[in-house]
Amino acid sequence: MNWELDKSRPICPQLCELICVAVANGEFSAGEKLLSVREVALQAGVNPNTVQKTFEELERKGVVHSVRCMGWYVNDDTQAAVNEVESYRIKKTEEYLYEMAQLGCTADDVLKYLNRIKEGKDE
Amino acid sequence: MSELIRCTGLTKKYGSVLALDKVDLAIEKGKIIGILGPNGSGKTTLIKLINGLLTPSEGSILVNGQAPGVETKKIVSYLPDNNFLPAWMTAEQIINLFCDFYDDFRPELAYEMLDRLGVDKKTRLKNLSKGNKEKVCLILIMSRNAQLYVLDEPIAAVDPATRDYVISTIINNYNPEASVLISTHLISDIENVLDEAIFINKGQIVLHKSVDEIREENAMSVDGLFREVFKW
Repeated sequence: MNWELDKSRPICPQLCELICVAVANGEFSAGEKLLSVREVALQAGVNPNTVQKTFEELERKGVVHSVRCMGWYVNDDTQAAVNEVESYRIKKTEEYLYEMAQLGCTADDVLKYLNRIKEGKDE
Repeated sequence: MSELIRCTGLTKKYGSVLALDKVDLAIEKGKIIGILGPNGSGKTTLIKLINGLLTPSEGSILVNGQAPGVETKKIVSYLPDNNFLPAWMTAEQIINLFCDFYDDFRPELAYEMLDRLGVDKKTRLKNLSKGNKEKVCLILIMSRNAQLYVLDEPIAAVDPATRDYVISTIINNYNPEASVLISTHLISDIENVLDEAIFINKGQIVLHKSVDEIREENAMSVDGLFREVFKW
């Protein structure tokens, strides 16, 4: 798993995103045991307290649950993770549209560019 | 008791020079904290006060509820910013020395880390490179099972790969009962592992916040904020 983090954004929400994406695309499957807090901290090079906070946040979102003395597991139902990823997609798109608006593009202009790129790829 | 360090109105003067100016600070258990500040801002003075190498001019400092002394040195593992080991000794001899000195020293851990970092335990320190000497110092300090680790510039001389290993060692050694205090100006290398960042300037604490709060509020990295706050 690739834990690439953007240094200008808080770490916790980024870890949430990465784990939700991994669950949604099946890298971590339903019911599977997650890495331990320490393993994630080591792999991602972040603070163990931040990882703990991330897991707790993901539990609130209904993505994972903890089993006493055993660690953290992906929930059997992965719909919550899929929904999370959907909301990241929407947010990213909004951010992109905002950046394009700064360059003077309307949503229609953006669509025109997207279509042009898409057709270019189809050829 | 969840507080490891408590400074109240802590002031240190060197003659007429004010090195620390009425610092109020509390540090809890289970945190990794960065003390960040430009050269001459008071980082090392604060660290020396914690370790009882200096005494306050005014105000007080308590480590685990006590004034720094014999009792607090049992629970504080301190990496000074200069070379503190006798150059004629080998890593193995120093490990034996540390076993005698500290009840909480874990020699097996020290040997394991020496091995991992490829430092020969039979070589005299004076024949090791600067980076390798620094590794030995850090290995010794992290091999104690202390409640507070105070690292003054732990990663300045080592290469980036070893820096990563040092950071892994700090993460690996993490336990909820212990805290790690790191002073450095290599902020971008360590900011991801910090719970909290303390900015210190001209002897005063100008900011003490969690890393995620800093990023949230400023939409930039701690390193970025540092460069902005301490711009010349």
